[in-house]
Amino acid sequence: MTAIGDEFKRTPVSEPSLALVVRHFVTSHVLFVVGAVVFTVIVICALFAPWVATHDPIAIVFADKLEPPSLDHLMGTDSLGRDIFSRVMFGARTSLMVGVVVTGLAILIGLPIGLLSGYFGGRVDTVLMRFSDVFLAFPPLLLPIAITAALGSGLINAMFALAVSWFPWYARIMRGSVIRVKNELYISAARAMGVSHTRTMIRHVVPNALTPVVVQGSMDFGYTILAAASLSFIGIGAQPPRMEWGLMAALSRSKFLDFWWTVTFPGLAIFVTVLAVNLLGDGIRDMLDPKHKEFR
Amino acid sequence: MSRPMLSVNGLSVDFPELGRTVQAVRGCDLEVGEGEIMGLVGESGSGKSVTAMACLGLVPPPGQVRGEIVLDGFQVVGRKESELTRVRGELAAMIFQNPGKALNPFFTVGRQIADVLKHHRAINDHAAREIVLGAFRTVHLPDPDITFEKYPHQLSGGQLQRAMIAMALTCEPKLLIADEPTTALDVTIQAQVVVLLRELAATRGLSILFITHDLGVIAALCDRVAVMYAGTVVEQGPVADVLGRPLHPYTAKLLDSVPKLGMGKAELTAIPGQVPDMGSLPPGCAFQPRCERASEQCRQHDPVARSFGGGRLAACFHVEDAPELGDDRVA
Amino acid sequence: MLLVITLLGVITITFVLSRVLPGSPVELMIGGHPTQEQIDAKKHELGLDLPIHEQFVMFVGNTIRGDFGTSLHTKQPVIEDIAERATATLELTTLAVVLIILIGVPIGVISAVHSNTMVDHAARTLSIAGVALPVFMAAILLQMVFYGALGWLPIQGRMSSVILLDYPFERVTGLYLVDTLLAGSWIAFKDAAAHMVLPLATLTLATLPMVTRITRNMMMEVLGEEYIRTAFAYGIPKRDIYYRYALKAVLIPLITVIGLAYGFLLGGSVVVEFVFDWPGLGGYVVRSITRSDFPASIGVTVVLATTYLSINLIVDMLYFAIDPRLRST
Repeated sequence: MTAIGDEFKRTPVSEPSLALVVRHFVTSHVLFVVGAVVFTVIVICALFAPWVATHDPIAIVFADKLEPPSLDHLMGTDSLGRDIFSRVMFGARTSLMVGVVVTGLAILIGLPIGLLSGYFGGRVDTVLMRFSDVFLAFPPLLLPIAITAALGSGLINAMFALAVSWFPWYARIMRGSVIRVKNELYISAARAMGVSHTRTMIRHVVPNALTPVVVQGSMDFGYTILAAASLSFIGIGAQPPRMEWGLMAALSRSKFLDFWWTVTFPGLAIFVTVLAVNLLGDGIRDMLDPKHKEFR
Repeated sequence: MSRPMLSVNGLSVDFPELGRTVQAVRGCDLEVGEGEIMGLVGESGSGKSVTAMACLGLVPPPGQVRGEIVLDGFQVVGRKESELTRVRGELAAMIFQNPGKALNPFFTVGRQIADVLKHHRAINDHAAREIVLGAFRTVHLPDPDITFEKYPHQLSGGQLQRAMIAMALTCEPKLLIADEPTTALDVTIQAQVVVLLRELAATRGLSILFITHDLGVIAALCDRVAVMYAGTVVEQGPVADVLGRPLHPYTAKLLDSVPKLGMGKAELTAIPGQVPDMGSLPPGCAFQPRCERASEQCRQHDPVARSFGGGRLAACFHVEDAPELGDDRVA
Repeated sequence: MLLVITLLGVITITFVLSRVLPGSPVELMIGGHPTQEQIDAKKHELGLDLPIHEQFVMFVGNTIRGDFGTSLHTKQPVIEDIAERATATLELTTLAVVLIILIGVPIGVISAVHSNTMVDHAARTLSIAGVALPVFMAAILLQMVFYGALGWLPIQGRMSSVILLDYPFERVTGLYLVDTLLAGSWIAFKDAAAHMVLPLATLTLATLPMVTRITRNMMMEVLGEEYIRTAFAYGIPKRDIYYRYALKAVLIPLITVIGLAYGFLLGGSVVVEFVFDWPGLGGYVVRSITRSDFPASIGVTVVLATTYLSINLIVDMLYFAIDPRLRST
């Protein structure tokens, strides 16, 4: 019996060119790229709202009230004659701020809790986790509503309420991550060399345990914007004269049947923003968390 | 000479990736005769598991399989899925490394095996159960009726592997492909499984393709052995010959790196270098970067397996340089 | 048991919130411009002049007995308000859960089985888009299309007042769809059903993407397991592997998704009931908060949280009962 085929033994191999790599990246991660592009546009609109807006967003012009979309007013006007397009642009600032503040605050609260819980284990862990679980026992939206009710309506209070309702997720994730890292050999090595608990935690555990938190944060960003908009819509979150998309939709609600643009455009703005953010977050997750690789 | 049970000719399996192709198997040739126990030995990444999967047409997409595989006269490569499902389990059956994971945790052990049986034969539940109980007895599982009703997580590692073997036997295949069945087991349980397989081969004329990286098990169980490196068979022959007087430098080095009783404080020799990246192989012989016999010829040309008499094959240009070794090589 | 501790925690948080309330709830309760004497008398009546820990004990005791005080708005005991509205929410959310499972699970499974084909991509795109759309927008859009443009369905409410007057029926279960059928009143049934379509559709569409996505991920994980490879290796036909072996492996953990979906629904029902003027607990929450009806807000919060906890408890117990891996030798 002799072997067949030198032709099987070798395939010419060359390093892929940069153009090929980029093209492959874009085509296999289309959604991520789309999300990133749209998100960048939104950020630009938010940052440069005063220049992007076509009119003064708070200028009330009764004569122009409830006009349909036109070249002059790209998204029409509301019941007070205000240009909706400009208001939507400024609303982007609010929504992005909400996303950053709520997610940031939730992580800020949840991270230390998860760190202490996972690192020390035992009773500390039990107490901290039971405490966090209580917050998780509420159906979504109910706790933020209750907290905002207690503190009084308003966007700041709503953001605080959302952050407080949301931190347990990050505490749990951080805790799981810390437990995994804690059992790594280099931690025992550091402790054996006499590094104090605090230093160990800060310099060794945290940097390595952060990834799942970042992944979750990028995925939650969109949800916080949605939640804030919903709270504003039912009258508990942002209050006039703030420019927030959910609030804009609520204010025009009684007129939406005949003047669809007053409600549709703010809602669409929310949709596009959250979609872009979600696509971006999913892409980040795919890149950082190999278990979820669906493109291969 | 009767027709071989399994005949693999020029098998190659490629996995296309971004900008390159990973050649998991490059031109593999081997044969398992009737009633023969053939060992397939190699390190991780040598392509031995992929070869095993290819024998039953189980290479997952995007893998591309080329070459010829003949299983008891049945051509495997290029077949449609519907044709292959009839053959799997009947012509050849496979057992896996981790029986705890390879068995479905949501069905009882007996039920799973009975289901396999009912897919291949038109029999009722009761008859299937009887056959399964019989298989349990063949593999020496205690209390077959009780074991039948147990879930995988309720059985020990050794019992699970026996159950897996029982599953393999139910449709009475002529070839058993065993993909590292002892690797995950304790040494004593390993020995039991090896003894069982030997018994099955002897009493039922079962051919076995036994894949492992453990040379000791090969020595204890197999009649012939094929050594795989970087996707191809570098040496093949009767076990005593290959282990006693290895022709290929890789085989020699493998044997060298196994610690033996009576070695004293002599140093363990490790093979310098690393297993090559199967997506970007250098030209010439795949083993050449790590080989002490390497010459210019090795760097330019890939050696083809040549016959050396007595059913021995080796793919190397410098077989003549192999030192004559004593019998103490067989552990 | 764990449940008790968590429940206690929930009650504690609600208590803390109730004592942080802005404005002067007591004044509101008395109404008009009460004198200081009247305020003090009311405070004493409600026990608000007691030390805080005694107040807490009293609060817990009242909660267990279901005594949440009297609603400032309806002037009824809060617990009665809740009882009247609970069935409306129950009808809506239960039907939604059933629909979501009947539609979402098969889509998720098929999506995973045929992964990376057109069907899968379509399903996943819809999923991603669905998650991004705010619930209130979905509600409004449906109203615009099916009421505003097409005029097929009513815009809000649970039943037309006209029908209620002309075709009364006995409230047996509080579930209008059931009660109208029991009373044999076909016209009333059609009306109740028509009113239910849009809120139900909104709730279902809002939660479906999440369930589809989770189902798909779970199914993909199962399909990658070794025992599925074994099934292939023994010649079991694809259809059996997917829809018998893999499906069974997926359905068990999927039970926990029901709990998750229910939670989502309870949260979503707040918005949906608000938009569709549905007389349920969600709407009650919003209205009592915007009207500063504190006894009502607190009461309904505790009830909703407790319901959610109970559902999750039931789900956990079910899971334990069904998963063979959790059975001992």
